[in-house]
Parts: sequence; structure tokens; C-alpha cells
Amino acid sequence: MAIRWGSYKVKGLYDELLRGSGRPRPAAQVLCDYLRSLSDKDIEEYKAAAESAIHVMGITFTVYSEEEGSIDRAWPFDIIPRIIEKQEWLNIEAGLKQRVNALNLFIDDLYHDQRIVKDNVFPAKLLKNSKNFRPQCVGVNPPLGIWAHICGSDLVRDRDGTVYVLEDNLRVPSGVSYMLENRQVMKRVFPEMFDRYNILPVDDYPSQLYDTLAALSPRPGDQPEIVVLTPGIYNSAYFEHAYLAQQMGAELVEGSDLVVNKNDEVFMRTIEGLSRVDVIYRRIDDLFLDPEAFNPDSALGVPGLMRAWKAGKVALANAPGAGVADDKVVYAYVPKIIEYYLGEEPLLPNVPTYKCIDKDDREYVIQNIHNMVVKPANESGGYGMLIGPHSSKAEQNKFVRLIRRDPRNYVAQPMLMLSTAPTIVGNRAEPRHLDLRPFILSGQQTFVTTGGLTRVALREGSIVVNSSQGGGSKDTWIVDMESPS
Amino acid sequence: MSMLSRVANNIYWMARYLERAENTARLINVNTHLLLDLPKRVVLGWEPIIDITDGHTLFYTLHEQADERSVVKFMASDTKNPDSILSSLAAARENARTVRDIIPREAWEQVNQLYLTAKNNSASVITHRHRFDNLRTIMLGSQTINGLLAGAMTHDEGYSFLRMGRNLERADMTTRIIDVRSATLLPEIAGDRKPFDNLQWMSVLKSLTAYQMYRRETRLRIRRRDVLKFLLQEDRFPRAFHHTLREVKNCLDDLPHNEQPLKTLAKLRRKLMRAKPEELKQEKLHDFIDELQLGLTKINESIAKAYF
Repeated sequence: MAIRWGSYKVKGLYDELLRGSGRPRPAAQVLCDYLRSLSDKDIEEYKAAAESAIHVMGITFTVYSEEEGSIDRAWPFDIIPRIIEKQEWLNIEAGLKQRVNALNLFIDDLYHDQRIVKDNVFPAKLLKNSKNFRPQCVGVNPPLGIWAHICGSDLVRDRDGTVYVLEDNLRVPSGVSYMLENRQVMKRVFPEMFDRYNILPVDDYPSQLYDTLAALSPRPGDQPEIVVLTPGIYNSAYFEHAYLAQQMGAELVEGSDLVVNKNDEVFMRTIEGLSRVDVIYRRIDDLFLDPEAFNPDSALGVPGLMRAWKAGKVALANAPGAGVADDKVVYAYVPKIIEYYLGEEPLLPNVPTYKCIDKDDREYVIQNIHNMVVKPANESGGYGMLIGPHSSKAEQNKFVRLIRRDPRNYVAQPMLMLSTAPTIVGNRAEPRHLDLRPFILSGQQTFVTTGGLTRVALREGSIVVNSSQGGGSKDTWIVDMESPS
Repeated sequence: MSMLSRVANNIYWMARYLERAENTARLINVNTHLLLDLPKRVVLGWEPIIDITDGHTLFYTLHEQADERSVVKFMASDTKNPDSILSSLAAARENARTVRDIIPREAWEQVNQLYLTAKNNSASVITHRHRFDNLRTIMLGSQTINGLLAGAMTHDEGYSFLRMGRNLERADMTTRIIDVRSATLLPEIAGDRKPFDNLQWMSVLKSLTAYQMYRRETRLRIRRRDVLKFLLQEDRFPRAFHHTLREVKNCLDDLPHNEQPLKTLAKLRRKLMRAKPEELKQEKLHDFIDELQLGLTKINESIAKAYF
């Protein structure tokens, strides 16, 4: 027998599937019994089946190397799913909807009256120093008043089982294609589990995304022309761009395919001539969108695109400037933002966050830096972070200097003990830390994916789950234990 | 939904690069065999192979002499040579990657796989022993991809661009091979039998997989004028110049805004069919091939202007 839950060490952490001393949580009982019945050979076979499915389906992410140019790599996938009970998930879902609704109101307010600043809830100096506030967007009215149509929020669970929001990605969040493909892989590998469990489906996302985007069309009534704008094949998420375009039946375009005419209308160049574009799901950062408005050296963007968007002739999702709320300092204010706009208590807690721009917080962070996770305000992908307990004295000193030089750019959080789940290492199951990224679509309605993308840090003890830094992923099952399967 | 110009362009070039890799593999293969058959005093060597692909200048900046090892390396696996098999496959793969959502998934995987295989084999293709197997892998790989595309891709506009790319590349290679190979041969003089001319014209046919079909069609001993007629004016052989032009015409017929490209094409076709191969002696043949290549360039330009 390859997997013995009796020797699986939960070690004072919260494990998603086991309660310690080898006892599965109720929702994981059937799965754990099944896994225990597998021989080494079975596990090898399942792993091979999953790998070949990933290969055949071409699920990859791109890394750039000097020698080879860009190469596609299969993203490591673990065959043991993560399970969340439906009841718990519904609470999380409600919390995410509340949060994203408030964030959209916040962004819209910042680009209009800035009531929240005038009412002294959000400090003016933070806004002044924000790298992601775009003066070009002031006064613009995107359709439905929504700026962040697609949001990916990262959730983590601490030792006591509490689920926290770790960050919100409001610019160009990625990973949803892996969530969808992981489910396809699981169905091929463990079809019998889908008989035993009532697992809620995830495949609705592409049509929900299509509907969300279609509702933004400036030419209602017609069949809107929706395109996915990609930076191209060297982008690490190119697979996802192509995948989503394919799933939605939308055209995958690059900046050079688009052109804006003098009436501020956007067209794509086709073999039959120019053809009008209504909605652009852009997977390019703000600053590269339009060389006329932002970075004049950008070769990725489309000259005049901002003009067209401001004139309401084309919809951009997410709207330029939405990233202003995707700042790790703004993050610290989200509970207040929810109370301010919605008059509600936040349903999902934030991780306690120290803002280095505040003197007291800053001194506390510097004193306790060996216990803190320090993050720059505007980086993503796990770059530029200090994980205090895993760092050297020299690294800590370097961060103290960085914080003192630019306090606005840093926040710190106590080190959470991220939850674990059993993950196949060799032929055994070992605990590995993980997080969860659900995706939230905002349009006429708000839609949350069923579960999301579970990312797992494959190195023992590591809490960095990013694909670019040695992370893998798992399928996420929201299971309904009440209705019979 | 009408096809993006960039996508059309990338499909077109993917097909051209794949075809180029296949043709280059065949060229090396045939020359290897030819040299084994020719007596050592007939110094033909490897230089013509470089000339066929216009690589003369680049080759001599990298190598001192055109010995077998240097030329095969240059043509097969040197990434500094943009026309080497490996460079062509790399370019085909980069183009295929940008049209992953258009071509069938298996086709993309094959292109990817073929490039990786060629890369892994790049050292062993230089030695005689493994060369044939490796080159055959390239040729079969390219044909597998063509088969997959024919059998699994909607024959829509994208497929038309694919076929145009493939056929224009074929036409180009056919003219290059005729030009360079005929230059190393002496003109045909009655009574003066050149025993090895026969072998060389055979190798020209084999470079274009045309030998067997030529025999079926002509049923004569191999003669220069018949070979030329077959490779240039035969309508039904897939690598004959005339046939490739007809394929391109069929594709253009299905595309919008085709007036200018069709006109350019018709002009070249008239020129081709007016020629009398038996009158094309050496100098004249060279000039004629030049005209055909110029015609191909013009077709290429008018396609680019109309669609890309």
C-alpha cells in the first residue's frame, strides 16, 4: 500500500483533507479511502495518465530562456484534488461578490468625485502616490460603471481554518484556463470519483465570460465582435489567451492587428479589409495599451485605443486604471471600503496588514521583520517579496533599507501558516502548502467560478505557489454532501 | 468571421518553412547518394547545394571550404543559416504557435515534435551512418503534418493560405534545383554521350521526388529536354512548376480581392507555357529560370499586398 494516512503528518497546520492522525475530514472520507486502496503501480499509472492528458491537451505555460527562445512547459499537476464543502463555499462566494462590488464602486469613485477621500476614509496621499492611478481615466464612464470585469482574488487558509483574502488581482489575472483544463484531466484520470461525489461543474466560465463581455458592446443589438488582445507568444500566459479565445469563439489578436480610425472606432485588419471591433478583452497591462496615451515605446499596443475607449466606441475589459485597487496598500483598506460603499461588514476577512507608510506600523514591521512577510505594493507573480522566517539577516537588512527609502511601496503581514493538502511526492502523499484563486466576473450580474484554481507549492515547506516559481496545481472540488450524488 | 491578416500571413509562412525544411532534407539526401555513385575524379562535391539555397556568401564567412561535413552541418543544423533545416523548422514552429487556435491541435503538436526531434538529432545528421534516417524523419514528419492538415482542418481561407505557401515554396525550389544542377552539366550534344549526365539528371528528378513519376509519364531514357519539360510544364505532377501555379490559382479563386494576384499569376503561366524546353540551351535556360523566379517574387508581393 503506497499511501498510509496514519503516517501523514499534519503537524499543527490545517490540512484540507485530513484532521490529523490519519482521520479524513467528512467530505474527504471517500476520496481518502479510495487513495489508500491504490498500489504503487496504480499511482504511477494515474500520474502517467494525468501527464499524458496534459501533454495531449497541450496545457502549458511559457518560460523564456536565452538559449531556446520561448519554450512551453507543462504545468505540474497533482492528481489528488482539493475538496471544499458546498456550504463553506457559498459563504466564500458571497464574500467575494461583496468585495468585488465594493472595489468597483471604489474605482469608479476615485475617477470621479473621490467622495471616499473627501470623507477622510481613504488618505489622499496614498492616491497621490499610487503607481496604478491613471489620470487619463478621470471622468470616464465605462458601461455599467464597472471597471474590473474580471477579478482573481487569492484566498489562503490559516492554521485555525479561517479563510482570508490575501490579494485581489484586478489588472490581468490569469490561471482560469488551468482551472478548466485541470477538471478535464481529473475526469479522465478518476472518472469513478465523479460517480461517488456530487462535484459541482466548472465549465460554465467561458460562456459567462462571453456574456459579461458581450454586455459591454457599444453597439447593442448587433452580434458584437469580441477579441482577446494578447502581447503574443512570448507572454507566459499565451496558452491561456489562445485557450479563452478558442472557447469563446472570439478572435485572438495582437496590437498590430488593430487600428483606430479618426472617428475613434477600432478595427481589425483581415484579409477582406478592416472589420469593426466592439469589445476587447485585453491581456496587456495598462501602460502598454496605447503608445499615444502611455508608454510611447510600446510596440504591443494600439495607437488611439484610449481615445476610442473614452469616446465609448469600444469597451475594454478590464477598464484601464482598474489596477488602482490592485495595490497591496489599498488592500489594507478594503474592509473600510466595503463598509463605506455598502454599509456592510466584510464577509471575508483580510490578512492583518501593516502599512509602512504609517510611522507606527513601519517601526513595528522593522522590529519584527524576521516574522513578517514583506511585499512591494505593485508587484505580482511572487517577485520582490521577503519571507521573514525563511530569510537571512542580510536579506532582512536589505528590506529594512528598501522600506525606509520608499515606505509607500511596502506592506507587511504576519506570516500565515498556509493550509496544506496531501500531494503526491514519489509514490507517497506528503503535505504541501496551497492557496486558491477564484475568478469573479462583474457585469449585470456578478458570477463567481465554482471553486477556482488551487495552486500548490511543490517544494517541501515552501509557501510560494506561483507557476513561475516552482508551483503546481490541483483540481478544486466543491462537493455537495447534502444532496445525494 | 473573416480571417486576420496576421494569421493568414503566419499560416502562409508556416507552410513555406515546413516545405523548405522538407526540400532541404531531400536535397542533402539525394546529393549524398549521388556522390557515392559518381567516380571520385568527377569533382562535383557539395558546393552546388549551397548555391541552390543562395547561401554562398554566408557559408564562406563561416567555413573555409565546402567539404561534406561543413556543408551538411550548414544546411541541416546550423542555426546561423536561416535556411537550414533546423532554422526552417524553428520558424515553422514559431508561426504555428501563433495560429494554435486555428490549426488542429495534432498539427501543432507534430510541428513542435518535429522541431524537437531535429534539434536532438542535429549532431548525428552530419555523420553518414544516421543521416538517412534523420533526413527521412524530417521528410516524413513534414508530410505527416500536411496530411493532418488536409484531413483535419476546415478547408477554409486559412487552408488556402497554407496551400499557397506550400506551392510557392515548391515552385521556388524546383526552379533553384534546375538552375544550379543544369549549370554543372555540359550542354547536350548529339553523339557525345556523357555517361554521368544521366546520373545527374536522375538526381535532379530524385531531389524533387519526381523520378518514378517521370518514368511512368515519359517511358524514355532520361534526357535533358524531357526532364525540363516534365519539371516545368507537366500539369499533373505536384512539384512541377506548372502544377504549383495551378494550385495557387485554385486557392486564389476562393479568396476575396484576388484580381491583382490572379493577373500576376496568369502572366507567369503564359510565359511558362510558351517556352520550348528543347530550345533552352544553357545560357537561355538560366535566363528563363531567372524570369520564372522574378515572376514568383511578383506573385508573392501581390499576395502580400492584397492580404497581409
